[in-house]
Amino acid sequence: MSEKIATREAYGKALVELGAANDKIVVLDADLASATMTKHFKAAYPDRFFDCGIAECNMMDIGAGLSTMGLIPFCSTFAMFGAGRAYEQIRNSIAYPKFNVKICCSHAGVSVGEDGGSHQCLEDIGLMRLIPGMTVIVPADAKEARKATFALAEFQGPAYMRTARLATPVFEEDYPFEIGKANVLREGKDVAIFACGLMVAEALEAARLLADEGVDAAVINVHTIKPIDAACVTEYAQKCGKVVTVEEHSVIGGLGDAVAEVLMGKVNCKFKKIGVNDQFGQSGKAADVLREYGLTGDQIAVSIKEVL
Amino acid sequence: MNTAELSKICRQVRRDIITMTANAGSGHPGGSLSAVELMTSVFYNHMRLDPKNPKWDGRDRFVLSKGHSAPCYYAVLASLGFIDRSEYANFRQLHSILQGHPDCKKVPGVDASTGSLGQGCSIAVGMALGAKKLGKDTQVFTLLGDGECQEGQIWEAFMSAAHYKLDNLTVIIDNNGLQIDGTNDEVMSLGDLPAKIKAFGFDLYEINGHDLDAIEAALAAPHTPGVPKCILGHTVKGKGVSFMENQVGWHGKAPNAEQREQALKELEG
Repeated sequence: MSEKIATREAYGKALVELGAANDKIVVLDADLASATMTKHFKAAYPDRFFDCGIAECNMMDIGAGLSTMGLIPFCSTFAMFGAGRAYEQIRNSIAYPKFNVKICCSHAGVSVGEDGGSHQCLEDIGLMRLIPGMTVIVPADAKEARKATFALAEFQGPAYMRTARLATPVFEEDYPFEIGKANVLREGKDVAIFACGLMVAEALEAARLLADEGVDAAVINVHTIKPIDAACVTEYAQKCGKVVTVEEHSVIGGLGDAVAEVLMGKVNCKFKKIGVNDQFGQSGKAADVLREYGLTGDQIAVSIKEVL
Repeated sequence: MNTAELSKICRQVRRDIITMTANAGSGHPGGSLSAVELMTSVFYNHMRLDPKNPKWDGRDRFVLSKGHSAPCYYAVLASLGFIDRSEYANFRQLHSILQGHPDCKKVPGVDASTGSLGQGCSIAVGMALGAKKLGKDTQVFTLLGDGECQEGQIWEAFMSAAHYKLDNLTVIIDNNGLQIDGTNDEVMSLGDLPAKIKAFGFDLYEINGHDLDAIEAALAAPHTPGVPKCILGHTVKGKGVSFMENQVGWHGKAPNAEQREQALKELEG
């Protein structure tokens, strides 16, 4: 791992590339273009960028209307105000009619840092996953965020993508991205760690630490939470017999529950969910806040040992 | 279509609303009956449509933001030939295309799924904005309830319609003055609604929403370049059925067999 780039930055840059290739792509924001990074698209294609002001519900439904005219809208704001505030607009005006709107929200999770608990959305994966027919994607690094943005532009139907504020290392390895297909980043036989978003890098770090203690952990990047790669989840749960999920989200409703739903009644294994334990976040430097909630590689390694 | 012909169609639409809701044993007759002239006029005289090709690219768009007036919408669509009247028997029943509130995946001629109040106007803004970006001359109409204007999102939509200079958008408000819990003024007064609409940047036409000539004049009036248009139609909830007119209780209640017969008798012509 080398250079640090935030997934939101990669998303913003990818939109510009997509905008050049497809004039049907339009981008909407709610006065956060310089934070969600849609500012890059705004600068490149001002006539296809709509700032809807601080009115997220209106933005989502304008996106719905634009999609009915054959355009491909990407609606961006913070996860809290997209998946949170505009939940019902997404549910009733976008997902129910199966409109081709991409909801791409940044600033998810506690790694938002200083802005504090009001802005650290820990429920968006759960909220979006609940909606019938919604695709939910959480890229792990900048490379994956770029690929996911390209995949979304091709994908027909409603979809949600979660990106992070924090700049994090870009993986050196390059691997293919396919919606709904998890990537095994590290083979192992003692425990299967399923992670998404920024927690993929932390899970890899945990696996390295565990290896030093003779524990052979597999790490699987579940970038698509819905539809989840049930075959991969089942295979690694059976193979390892012990399953740990890691996410920068509430332990209720997110990746952990999605994995549990696949395995329940099917695979007999030990199971542990690592995430934020039914709490709100708080202000602090991103690294400090992640540590406060037990979401760093070394803490995750300790936590994983409890199921071994 | 002239006023006399439209008037006949309106009478049939009213009869269909009564038939549909009575048969289903539920639904929203009050706000359907108040919207009849407004909706019929838009569809018959001001929209380019092809009932045989509901998804025709050159069509104009309509969004029923007050989705609970679905019986009126379905009756107008049936009279134009988008759907068959035989579907009425299935209104609000299992597996029907005629859901309690409009589902655009199921009903030919419907371009947005609505029912959750406050959202349709924003969808219409998106359609009008999209048409402009694509260089199309599409006209977009949306019908709102006055009670619905208590939703804050309506005002977000109004603000954006003026901001984006949507002179291809016509917002029509069925101002019947009543909502589920009482009169608008008792529940949550909208205050000086005409002044508010104008202050949000619309050209306003305030008319009697049952007067077909007045509706025609307001719909035919050209948009001021760069300015969205609003038609505030003063209406009577339950219009045309004596025992339903101006009665709060007929918002979301279906007529029984006896009431249906009386209503249909009153609507003979």
